[in-house]
Amino acid sequence: MDGGKRDYVIRGKGLSKVYREGATELRALQEVDLEVRAGELTLLMGPSGSGKTTLLSILGCILRASEGTLEVLGRDVSALPESELPRIRREGIGFVFQGFNLFPTLTAAENVALALDLRGIRAGEAKKRGEELLAEVGLAQKARSFPADLSGGQKQRVAIARALAGDPPILLADEPTAALDWTSGRTVIELLQRLARVHGRAVVMVTHDPRVLSFGDRIIHLEDGRIVREEKSVTRAIEEPSFLEVHPVAPAIAQEISI
Amino acid sequence: MGLLARRNLFHDRVRFAVTLTGIVFALVLIIIQFGLFLGFTTTTSNNIDHSNADLWVVFHGVGYFDTGRNFSERKFYQVLSTPGVGQAEKYMQAFGRWKRPDGRVDNIQVIGFHPGSGLGEPWNVVQGSVADLKQEDSVLIDEVYRESLGVKKIGDKVEIGDHRARVVGFTRGIRSFTTSPFVYATFKNSLDYTNPASGENSTAYILVKAAAGVSPRELQERLRARLADVDVYTTAEFSRKTRFYWMFTTGAGLAVLTAALMGLIVGVAVVAQTIYAATMDHIREYGTLKAMGATNRYLYRVLIEQAVWSAVLGYGAAMIVAHFIVQASEKGGAVILMPWSMSIGMLVLAVVMCVAAALVSINKVTRIDPAMVFRG
Repeated sequence: MDGGKRDYVIRGKGLSKVYREGATELRALQEVDLEVRAGELTLLMGPSGSGKTTLLSILGCILRASEGTLEVLGRDVSALPESELPRIRREGIGFVFQGFNLFPTLTAAENVALALDLRGIRAGEAKKRGEELLAEVGLAQKARSFPADLSGGQKQRVAIARALAGDPPILLADEPTAALDWTSGRTVIELLQRLARVHGRAVVMVTHDPRVLSFGDRIIHLEDGRIVREEKSVTRAIEEPSFLEVHPVAPAIAQEISI
Repeated sequence: MGLLARRNLFHDRVRFAVTLTGIVFALVLIIIQFGLFLGFTTTTSNNIDHSNADLWVVFHGVGYFDTGRNFSERKFYQVLSTPGVGQAEKYMQAFGRWKRPDGRVDNIQVIGFHPGSGLGEPWNVVQGSVADLKQEDSVLIDEVYRESLGVKKIGDKVEIGDHRARVVGFTRGIRSFTTSPFVYATFKNSLDYTNPASGENSTAYILVKAAAGVSPRELQERLRARLADVDVYTTAEFSRKTRFYWMFTTGAGLAVLTAALMGLIVGVAVVAQTIYAATMDHIREYGTLKAMGATNRYLYRVLIEQAVWSAVLGYGAAMIVAHFIVQASEKGGAVILMPWSMSIGMLVLAVVMCVAAALVSINKVTRIDPAMVFRG
C-alpha cells in the first residue's frame, strides 16, 4: 500500500481504553492501530461491546485513550491538555449521532446555525450558511421546521448539515442509520458516501447494519476491543493497481458496475 | 447562543410558565416579608418622622415614643428661653380609653399638639382638617380604624376618658404599631382625655425647631447643658431609638425580620430549584454542545443569559402582583411598604438569585461527559 502518499487525517497507534470502577477493570479497547484517510468512508463494525463507540469517541477527541497516541489533522492530540480538545473538535470534526441530538427548541436552520455560532460566526451569516447547508442535504424547504415536525431521515440529514457547518475535514457518525427505515437510511448513507468521495472528507461511521456495507470504502471489524479484520469494499478494491495486475478482467467489471 | 438561551426558556410555554411562577412566587414572598418589616419599622416612628421638629425633649430615660412620661411644663419655658430656639411646642402622647357609641371600650393612644403650629401635626388628612380640631371636644382618627373604633362618619360622638369627643376628620395611613390606634386632639383636650397623674401643667414631649442659622446639633448641646432630668434627641435619633426598641428589644421586629429572612431563603431555594430543573431538562443538549466543541465559557453564557431573562421577566410579573398586594394592604391593619429603592433592590436580588441558581446548574453542565451523546 502507498500509505505514505495518502492523506491521513487520523492516525491512532496502540490505542487502549480501560474503564475502572473500584476494583473492576474493563478493557474496552486494546492496542488498536488505525489510520483514517480523507476521501474515504470507513465503517466500524462489530457486535455490541466490541469497542466501536469507544474508538469513535477517542477518534473524535471526546474521550481520551488510556494508552497509545492519536494524531488528528497532523497534531498529536494525546499530548494536548483537556482544555484544547474542544477547539480540535470545533475546528476539525463534525459529529452525527444515532439519536440525532438536534435541539428541539430550534428550527432546522437554527440547529445548523448554532454550530456556526459555536465557531464565532455572526448570526446573519450563520443563518444564511445554515440554509445553504440544508439545501445541500436536500432540505431547503424544511429550514423553518422544528425537529418534532421532521421525519427520522430528515432529522438525520439536518444533523449531517449541522456536522458540516464548520466545514470539518473529518466526519464521525455513530450508527446514523440505526433509527431509520431503509429508505431513509439509504439516503443518509449515500449522503455520507458522497461527502467522502466527492467532497474529500474522511468519514468514519459506526454501524451494525449489514445493508450499508457496500457503501463503505473500508470496513474495520472489531471484537473485544481489538481490530480483528479489515476489508476493502469491492468497488474500492478493484481500483487498486495491484488488483488490476492480478485480475486482468477488472476494468471490464469496473465498467459493468459503472465505477 | 442568545437564541438558544431564549428558545430553551420560551419554547415550552408550560415549562416557562412554571419557571416564571416559581420566580414570581419567590419574589412576591420576599417583597411581602420585607415590605411588612419596612412597614412595621416605619409605623413605629411615624409620628416622630412627620413631626417637622428638629429636636425632641423627652423625660429622662424614655427610650421610645409610645411611653411618653410627663414632666413639668417649666421645662417648656426653659426651652423657649434658650438662645437658638426658633419654635417650641408641647406635645402629648398617652394611652386612653375610647368608649364607642355602642358602649364597647377600647384602648387608644391620644396625641395632643397645637393645631396650626406646624409641629407634631397629623398628615394625610383626607376628610375634615387639622384646623377643625380647634372646635370643642374634637378628634381626628385614621380611616383604617373607623370600624374598630365604631365610627361611621364625621360628627360621630364617643367618650374618651369620660370626656365627650366628636370625630371631625380622618387621616389615611397613620397606623399604630401597638394595638391602640392614634387619636389626635389639641394639646389641651389630650390632657382632659388622659388625666395625667402629673397634673395639667405638664407635657410628655417638647418639640423644638431651631432658629434660622442654628444647627440642630448645636442647639441640642445647648439644651442638654441647660435642662436637667430630660433627654434631648434630634428627630432622627429619637426615631431610630423608637424603631430599634420595637424591632429588636421586643421580639416583634425580630419575628418580622426572621420571617423576612425566611422568605428570602425560601425564595432563593424556589428560584434555585426552578432554574436547576429547567437546566436539567436540557442537559443532553448541553452534552451535545460540548461534544460539538462548545467551551465551558460558551455554556456559562447560555445559562447566565437564561437566568437573566428569567429574573427580568419574573421581576416584572412579581412587581405587578406586589403592586396589587401593597395597594390592598393600605386598607388593612398591617401596611406593606415598597419604596422605589426596594423595587430596584428587588431587581438586583432577582438577577443575583437567578444567576446564583444558574451557577449551581453550571457546575453540573460543565462536568457533563460529552461522551454521553454516544450513549443511546
